[in-house]
Amino acid sequence: MADHRPLASIEAVESGLAAQGYIASRQIATAVYLSQAIDKPILVEGPAGVGKTELAKAIAAWRGLKMIRLQCYEGLDEAKALYEWKYAKQLLYTQILKDKLGEVLGGAETLHAALAQLHDFGDVFFSKEFVEPRPLLQALEQPAGCVLLIDEIDKSDAEFESLLLEILSDFQVTLPELGTITAVAAPTVILTSNSERDLGDALKRRCLHLHIGFPEQKLEERIVESRVPGISQTLRKQMVGFIHEVRTLDLKKLPSVSETIDWARVLVLLQASELGHEIVRDTLNVLLKYEADIEATQPQITTFVAKASRQNVFG
Amino acid sequence: MRENLHRFFRAARGAGVRLSPAESIDAMRAVSKIGFSDRDILRDTFLLTLAKTQDEKRALGDCFDLFFSQPEPPPSPENDNSEAGEKADQAEQNPGEAAGGQPTEGIGALAQMLLAQDRNQMSAAIANAASAASLFDIRYFTQRGIFSGRILDQMGIGRLRDDLDRLTGTNPAVAERLAMATEALRDSVRETVSQALLLYGREEAENLRNEILRNAPLSRIEPRQVEQMRALIRQIARRLRERYSKPRKRQRRGHLDVRRTLRRNAAWGGIPFLTAWKRKHRDRPKIVALCDVSGSVARVSDFFLLLIHSLHEVVDDVRSFAFSGHLIEVSDILESKTPEAAMAEIMSKVGFGSSDYGNSFADFENEWMNAITPQTTVIVLGDARSNNLDPRADILRRIGERSKRLVWLNPEGRMAWGFGDSEMPRYATFCSVVRQCATAKQLERAVSDIVATYQ
Repeated sequence: MADHRPLASIEAVESGLAAQGYIASRQIATAVYLSQAIDKPILVEGPAGVGKTELAKAIAAWRGLKMIRLQCYEGLDEAKALYEWKYAKQLLYTQILKDKLGEVLGGAETLHAALAQLHDFGDVFFSKEFVEPRPLLQALEQPAGCVLLIDEIDKSDAEFESLLLEILSDFQVTLPELGTITAVAAPTVILTSNSERDLGDALKRRCLHLHIGFPEQKLEERIVESRVPGISQTLRKQMVGFIHEVRTLDLKKLPSVSETIDWARVLVLLQASELGHEIVRDTLNVLLKYEADIEATQPQITTFVAKASRQNVFG
Repeated sequence: MRENLHRFFRAARGAGVRLSPAESIDAMRAVSKIGFSDRDILRDTFLLTLAKTQDEKRALGDCFDLFFSQPEPPPSPENDNSEAGEKADQAEQNPGEAAGGQPTEGIGALAQMLLAQDRNQMSAAIANAASAASLFDIRYFTQRGIFSGRILDQMGIGRLRDDLDRLTGTNPAVAERLAMATEALRDSVRETVSQALLLYGREEAENLRNEILRNAPLSRIEPRQVEQMRALIRQIARRLRERYSKPRKRQRRGHLDVRRTLRRNAAWGGIPFLTAWKRKHRDRPKIVALCDVSGSVARVSDFFLLLIHSLHEVVDDVRSFAFSGHLIEVSDILESKTPEAAMAEIMSKVGFGSSDYGNSFADFENEWMNAITPQTTVIVLGDARSNNLDPRADILRRIGERSKRLVWLNPEGRMAWGFGDSEMPRYATFCSVVRQCATAKQLERAVSDIVATYQ
């Protein structure tokens, strides 16, 4: 049920994503709407675990499109990202067609004549049948369009960025042997980055730049509500309040949304009805991933729990 | 509205957001889809299409709020909550009595408008007059008076004055009210002009200030300018990073690397199936910096260390040492702390002594001489004033021999070298380069030249 109608409004985006369990802030919804309206990729930046990759998945699920994912890493190159020649198949076919070749060239008297005849057949072995499409080319070839997720672009080399430029601005690629291939239907492109290195200006210019930070308390409560339905309202408020307190500390790795969801699941599993000092201390390792961070948070637990439940009374 | 958007883009550039024409076209397209009805969405749209980093987003958000708090030339009363309007409103309400039934025939349009106290009409009129007086070309704060005058002229202040004179004779009560309203009008016009200056003048003012700052002697800048100078140094560092952080290997096409080819093809009896080509390897700079932190040189050292340590992508390895009476390594302090805290700690450890170059060089030779390799550039920053103590130029000679280059940066002018207790001429014989380095501009040139020798 691929849906190609232009998106009606920002509210439609918001509710569509919410139906897939992705609670988007207004800014995210605006970005998705705009990327459809003016055909531009979205470059999503933000700390790990705030739902950058999730956004692409949610869009794909909501619009009923296929999602093609390209995970970037150091050393990723054209052959792995764009296309490759099926070398073995080319070899095999030349072997099989050997006799046929003899027939075709049989009539030729001289070497020149044989060559001329061969030229007439064109580049049979460098045609589309022998191209192994990699994610980028696949994305362009989807007849119904797709969601192309280029994940962690900051991990790739600077040269790879230049390769992307043509695709991002015009949705086409140029292969030396085949010419220019244009997208059948423009894909929705999402690039994610953890800001490990600064991306080039040329790449940034071609994208909408969306920064997803840690969500506000209300929004995060809604996210937990949608992801972990079994959790009671009081506990939800308390735990989100607690996490917001933890984020004010100076930690090596702040807990992000994915940790919040994990923690909510754990609390539900342990059948906690209310946040208490004991249970927080026992499950803190779900929330924080470094020993030093846990040590820094330990002495604050009681205060934070108290604060979170106080907030609950008034808010 | 298009006119307004263009003005907004200009204001955004002034706020430090780098905008290319292509980006502004994208923003226009996006806006045409979004419309102007919801201001929050419009704000988000600009943040998405124009800003490229978090800092830019913040700057652009502020700029947006300021810009759209201004009354727009086409009147849009519903979202006009400008401060200027508010102020005018309060001032106008002071007179208290209602205007009903007063004789207002035969007075100018402006006077009528002022007496009617219609706030929306007022701010629209001011905005119209402002665009007629091309307020958006305002550049410097000295132009404020001119533009205020022009706007008031546009609105018909001459006629208002005549009306006021006439009314003083005939109807003093109305005249008083009109006089007060006129004051309020002047206030709001002044407010409008200041706001416009803040929006459109910032770019020019910033350029001017940076230009002055670049050429100001680092050792004598005032404390309040230190922060601005730090920002400028960071800007310089970014520029250097962009210019020099290119890949380091470059293939020399067509030069066969015979040794590697033979070795690689040993399995086939030396018949070269696989060829290996020569590559030119470019090193990243390795830098050892020795900085004098005594007295007047301290400031310069501060900025120099900040610059050197913000060049991570360009420079492979930096080791910094600070000295006045004796010498210590400060690389770790600089890496782990903010520039202010790091400098304070360095100063408390070695600063504020009288400088002793000989002793400091001896310290360096005893402990850290092996930090210098043939790829290292050694930079000494100091005024070479050794208080008539032994300069130990022999150690400097050995440092120079071990390193790729030895660069001396001296904050003093050339005229002063060699006079008094300056040992510069004696040291200079062992240095590859000696240059003056008193301003941010000279500092940029010096570091840029050092990095460029590795390209």
